[in-house]
This record gives sequence, structure tokens and C-alpha cells, in this order.
Amino acid sequence: MRATYLIVLGVCFLGTLPLEVVLRTRVYRRPRRLLLSLAPVLLVFLGWDVWAIGSHQWGYDLRQMSGVVLPGRLPLEELLFFLVIPACAILTLEAVRVVRGWPVGDEPAPPADDAGGGTGPARLPDAR
Amino acid sequence: MSYTVAALVGVAAALALDLVVLRTRLVTRKSFWVAYAIIVTFQLVSNAVLTCRGVVTYRTAVIIGLRIACAPVEDLLFGFSLVLQTLVWWVWWGRRSGAGRSGAGRSGAGRRGPGRSGAGRS
Repeated sequence: MRATYLIVLGVCFLGTLPLEVVLRTRVYRRPRRLLLSLAPVLLVFLGWDVWAIGSHQWGYDLRQMSGVVLPGRLPLEELLFFLVIPACAILTLEAVRVVRGWPVGDEPAPPADDAGGGTGPARLPDAR
Repeated sequence: MSYTVAALVGVAAALALDLVVLRTRLVTRKSFWVAYAIIVTFQLVSNAVLTCRGVVTYRTAVIIGLRIACAPVEDLLFGFSLVLQTLVWWVWWGRRSGAGRSGAGRSGAGRRGPGRSGAGRS
């Protein structure tokens, strides 16, 4: 079935959309941060993928896919994979943060007179 | 370079990015590991769908041969590297903009007091 891979990606995308809406993870609502996070990963992993395809480490049955192939013999679904999966990963992390309240490391340091109400060590990159 | 070696390098590079280069230290955080546990579960399901059906195939010479849910174990390393790198960048960009929590339009200037309970619940 040609839609198999696209369906897998669709399930990931649609399955995590409720996190954005119901839990208000605000990942898609911070598009600049999302794109800046996806860009370096896309670069590295598309490069890896094209290299692996070219050296025959792995391959694809295009009969079960859309058949659209990009430069580097990269199936379209692979490009979509490296957009959808990282976005879903971010949504998952943010959902964990919302539900559990655990820090992920981007929390601002508490104000100077806040005597340790935070959930982790105050850490600002400038301090180093 | 085999997939095995490339995948190990990928994990090492992701760890270096997290612990040394950007110092986000995600792998020291509960939030990361719980998120990763959820993600890897779905990865196994996706791998089963794609690899068991032969949508994606792997050359046996470049993998060690151990498979989980039809996919080479190297895929789990690949996935870990992908997920960790993504989340490291996400956290790092968030630090830089100071908008750590539900960030649209807020600059995160210590607006909350003690016991902040995470994003999106204003």
C-alpha cells in the first residue's frame, strides 16, 4: 500500500496535535523556536540519510511509498520523517513538562529574592 | 563505515552536544527520560509497521544483525541521537530567548514565584 509510510507519519503528527491544543504545549505556537530546532537536525540527518542511501546501507520499497524521490535519491517520506518526528519529540517533552512540572533546562533563574522556590539549579549560560 | 559505527558516533555526537557544546544537560533530567520512553515506544511501533512490511530494508553487512520490532537495533541508537539532538536544540533556543515556559509573547522575566508548574497552565 503506497500510503503506508505517510500514514505512519500522519499518525505521529495527528496523534501529538492534541498535546498542542489540549495541554497547550505551545510548540507550533512558537514557530521560530521550532524551526530553529528542526533546522540543524534536518541538516545532519538528511545528510546521514543521503549518505546511507548512496552507500546502500538501507533502501526503500518505493512501491509502498508515494514514489516521489528528491535529490540524493531521498524519498519524500524521509524528508517528512525528519520534520514530523522531531516535532513530535518536542511536543512530547513539552507535554511531560506540562503534566509533571519537571524542568527541562530552559527555565529562567528565579528572581534574586526568591529563596529557592524553583525545581532545579538556577542555571544561566551567561554565568559561564 | 557501517550503520553500527555511524549510529554509535551519532549517539556520541548527541551526548557531546548536550553535555559539552550546548550544555543543556538533558540526559540528566527526568523530563527527558520520560519523554524518551514515550517516544521510543512509538518508534518501536513505527519500526514494526515500516520494517516488518519491507517499506525500509537494511543491508545485513552493515548491521550487527540484532533486531527489535523487525528493525536493526542500530535504529534505536539512530532514534536516540535524533531525539536528543532535537530536544537539545529546542531547550537551548529556549534558554537564549528566555522564553522557557509558555512563551508566546512573554519574555520569561521571572514572572512566576515558587513552585512553577510548567508551561501552558497559566
